[in-house]
Amino acid sequence: MLAFTPDAVRASEPPDLEARIAAAERAATISMPTPEAEIWRYSRIAELHLENYRPGHAITTIDAGGADAAVSVVHGGALAERFVTADAVDLFHELNNAFADTVVVSVRAGQAVSRPIVITHRLDAAGIACFPRLIIDAAPDSEITVVETFVSADGVDALCIPRLEVNAAQAARVRYLGVNMLGTSTWQLAHQRAVGERDSNTLLATVALGGDYARVRTEARITGQGGSTRQIALYYADGDQMHDFRTMQDHDAPKTTSDLLFKGAVQDRARSVYTGLIKIRKAAKGSVAFQTNRNLTLSEGAWAESVPNLDIETNEVKCSHASTVGPIDEEQRFYLESRGIRPEIAERLVVLGFFDEVLDQLPVGTLAAELRAQVSAKLQRRTP
Amino acid sequence: MSVLQIVDLHASVSGKKILNGITLAVSSGEVHAVMGPNGAGKSTLAAVLMGRPGYEVISGSVTLDGVDMLSLPAWQRAQAGLHLVMQYPSEVPGVSLDHVMEQALIERGRSTEGLDQVLESEAARIGFSSELLHRALNVDLSGGEKKRNETLQLAVLRPSIAILDELDSGLDIDALRDCASRVEALTNETGLGALVITHYNRLLEALPPDVIHVLVKGRIVATGGPELADELERSGYEAYAVDEPGPASSSALDDLFAH
Repeated sequence: MLAFTPDAVRASEPPDLEARIAAAERAATISMPTPEAEIWRYSRIAELHLENYRPGHAITTIDAGGADAAVSVVHGGALAERFVTADAVDLFHELNNAFADTVVVSVRAGQAVSRPIVITHRLDAAGIACFPRLIIDAAPDSEITVVETFVSADGVDALCIPRLEVNAAQAARVRYLGVNMLGTSTWQLAHQRAVGERDSNTLLATVALGGDYARVRTEARITGQGGSTRQIALYYADGDQMHDFRTMQDHDAPKTTSDLLFKGAVQDRARSVYTGLIKIRKAAKGSVAFQTNRNLTLSEGAWAESVPNLDIETNEVKCSHASTVGPIDEEQRFYLESRGIRPEIAERLVVLGFFDEVLDQLPVGTLAAELRAQVSAKLQRRTP
Repeated sequence: MSVLQIVDLHASVSGKKILNGITLAVSSGEVHAVMGPNGAGKSTLAAVLMGRPGYEVISGSVTLDGVDMLSLPAWQRAQAGLHLVMQYPSEVPGVSLDHVMEQALIERGRSTEGLDQVLESEAARIGFSSELLHRALNVDLSGGEKKRNETLQLAVLRPSIAILDELDSGLDIDALRDCASRVEALTNETGLGALVITHYNRLLEALPPDVIHVLVKGRIVATGGPELADELERSGYEAYAVDEPGPASSSALDDLFAH
């Protein structure tokens, strides 16, 4: 018997009770996804036992970064439904609708928020499932940077099902960075969806270092001419961790641009999956899309899968995709060793250099040094 | 005073015998050229001396000042004073030249104080843009910039013996002159000994050798003074029973491309 029932929604006494109960009722009719579905292929979804969890909350702190952005914490199902489209409604989507703790960040037209807004979700109780929902609503010609970090201690067997909705209105600039620093017993099933209007510019960045099984599904859709999106990620799994990414670059207007750079490493017995789709719809003439996924396998027992895809429905577009999976390049290592640098340090330089390309592009430069140190510490723990 | 001593060196690559008994010695301050046609084993010699993975030494010895190089991994050979200027230096994304030089000095237990100034002045000396000092190694560099970069590293690390593996390949005439004259100066300044592996005379005009070895089919078939290069220029490798085109025709082609 699952704990995610309409009664559980009632017990939490949210203001938008009716919508949430309806979502919980819909959730009850949807079965658990299985790895047979393409979007869950290679995943560890079959290992998830929802009956072991009950609805709960992360402890969320917000550093609102100054007075020039409006940040509100709302338990608002109605708000949360604002950007939902008909496709891809799954069990976790409906559970999030029913149990979400929602944070809304909105920026007025023409406003540029100078300091990043930093949101931290901490999971400290085993057995809970939490559903953070973040809505970033950027009005025309506004600018905002948001960093959202997920934290739990090692050993906390919890479930984090976050959802991100970004709406970048005409000419808005939105930069988002999600950082997974979850403990090695916590699961994450994240879903990000950004919609960019005319001439908007959206960055969705992810750094994944933590979690037991941590999945991010990230979709960047451009609906207005001249809009652009960029998706970047750094992921690094060790021990028995698994990182799982499903990306979509969805072009639905002329002269739109999308770029994606995902770089990951796996070591020990860790695994990673990247599957990505560039979709150029009929309306997207003159669009440009790039997709690059590079993976380092740093131990014999580690495994990475990379599946890039293109789906192009119109002419006059420029698309490219590249994907690699392999160990540290022997030529690079030899080159550094021939300068008198020990193999372990040479490898270290190569791996840190590999990730620097992504770290250098993160929207919050000050975080890069801390993240680089975390990456470095992971590398130290490696068994080849 | 250092000596790199190679004695009766035999080596193979993926089961194929390439070096069939090489013997030569390079001392501090000397420039030795190893010339030979394509496929003679020139680059294999460079790779084996530095310990590149994938090459198997069958017999023979290589010592630097009496220390057995063949039993050491590449990084220890480098620390012992051997250096390889690569024909095709690898691109290493995200790893900057200055950082690698700093690390290389630390690994040798040498001071990194004043390294920035050394890098700047070495860059200026060989016409290497100082912006590139802080950029990832060889990434997006032209052929000429890569060789200037290699030469700069040689000057910063100051090894006792350097192997120059076709320093001249892909190099325009200005870059060739800058790189060759820097190596030449190092033979005087630091007593660098150089084993210069090349196909063409062009490099040796800018970096005059004391000794020339002719390498054919994995063997040194002739050793002599600078006059040997002129002789090869005139009559090619035919005298050594080689079917491939000699350096005379190659350097004619080379001249064509240089203009």
